[in-house]
Amino acid sequence: MDLQGFGAQLASGTWITVQLALASMACAVVLGLLGASAKTSGLAPLRWLGTAYTGMVRGLPELLVILLVYFGAAMVINQTASAFGYTQYIELSPFVAGVIALAFNYGAYMTEVFRGALATIPRGHTEAGMALGMGRLRIFRRIVLPQVWRVALPASGNIFLALLKDTALVSVIGLEDLMRETAIAVGYSKQPFTFYLAAAFIYLGLTAVATLGIHWLERRTTHGMRTLGG
Amino acid sequence: MNWQVMIESLPALAEGALVTLELVVISGVFGVLLAVPMAMARVSPRPWLRALPLAHIYFFRGTPLLVQIYLVYYGLGQFEAVRDSVLWPYLREAYWCAIIAFTLNTSAYTAEILRGAIQSVPRGEVEAAEAVGMSPALIWRRIRLPRAFRIALPAYSNEVILMLKGSALASTITLMDLTGVARTIIARTYTPVELFLAAGLLYVVLAFLILGGFRLVERRLNRHLQPR
Repeated sequence: MDLQGFGAQLASGTWITVQLALASMACAVVLGLLGASAKTSGLAPLRWLGTAYTGMVRGLPELLVILLVYFGAAMVINQTASAFGYTQYIELSPFVAGVIALAFNYGAYMTEVFRGALATIPRGHTEAGMALGMGRLRIFRRIVLPQVWRVALPASGNIFLALLKDTALVSVIGLEDLMRETAIAVGYSKQPFTFYLAAAFIYLGLTAVATLGIHWLERRTTHGMRTLGG
Repeated sequence: MNWQVMIESLPALAEGALVTLELVVISGVFGVLLAVPMAMARVSPRPWLRALPLAHIYFFRGTPLLVQIYLVYYGLGQFEAVRDSVLWPYLREAYWCAIIAFTLNTSAYTAEILRGAIQSVPRGEVEAAEAVGMSPALIWRRIRLPRAFRIALPAYSNEVILMLKGSALASTITLMDLTGVARTIIARTYTPVELFLAAGLLYVVLAFLILGGFRLVERRLNRHLQPR
């Protein structure tokens, strides 16, 4: 495949894509933990909020959520700022907007994953922690969370793969990720098929590496567990 | 919030919703037609037949839908042979390019859903069919595929919802689907939040309609399991 000297450009786009995917996933995990705590909380309003969040986001197209967050978040931030007397226009960088949008979107999926995983931790484990005099946060950090990772990992891996592919959508709001760099290369070279195919293979490579990483993590977290047939 | 704009743009958005529904239904039907032979090949006892649809499934599940759409819409025109072919009037249209890309994409996911369903048809039912002397083709037609469709239906309804959400990408190649209409109106009125929320509402309505349709089909397929 002849990339006509655009290789470096695609590489820099790939790097942005990788950063975007990792940053969004980290935020989505945090949002997912918060969402799952809200959905299993004893307070009814928190539960409603969690249900509304996951129900809404999972019904909306990812592209629409990205556009909505990009324009909507800018509006909210500027209105809040002007309420505090800050009159200059604050522009959201496409990278930050992309991370917010992807995290908001995939946080809803992670919420469901963590909710399912939390339910598998026997209540007795929490009670044992309480009996030892641990605080609620410490029980969560030392007893519940390490077990939740293990249960949630396979589903989270699938979600990460979907997120990795959806980073391409952020090119629509102008982030210079792999997709956008490819479009620029297409504009110069007039060879759309060659370059989009190259981009497709780079994405395939990324998902392959991600799959390997997930398998490695899964092996690590199930260390010392009995496996079926193993 | 500008409610006026939201209400005034509803008729245009509804038209866009129709285009979205059209895209989903047409590529859904073609996708299933492609997926059935692929799934059948995937469970074949012959290794070379099993490997045949693998590249297709791997490529379309491992790359972003946006890349696939661009490959079809922008990419195909790179080749003179395509531009000279009789199909060019269709391949030039964003509408058909979107349908081609969505069909190829959903067929890969559907094939994997169907493969799982075919593999979970109880062995005994196939053996019973063999025992009464049905030919392999008849077993496929009468036992394995009808049973597999019923098993696959809930998972397939998820895939259709994912396709509905993916169809928003058609707006990136100038198609006037629900998202496309919303973006066009926004370019004129500059009320992004209102319009995207209104469009989102219609997407949720579409998702409900699709899920309702699947529930009806499911009830009909499983009517022999219902209490009388």
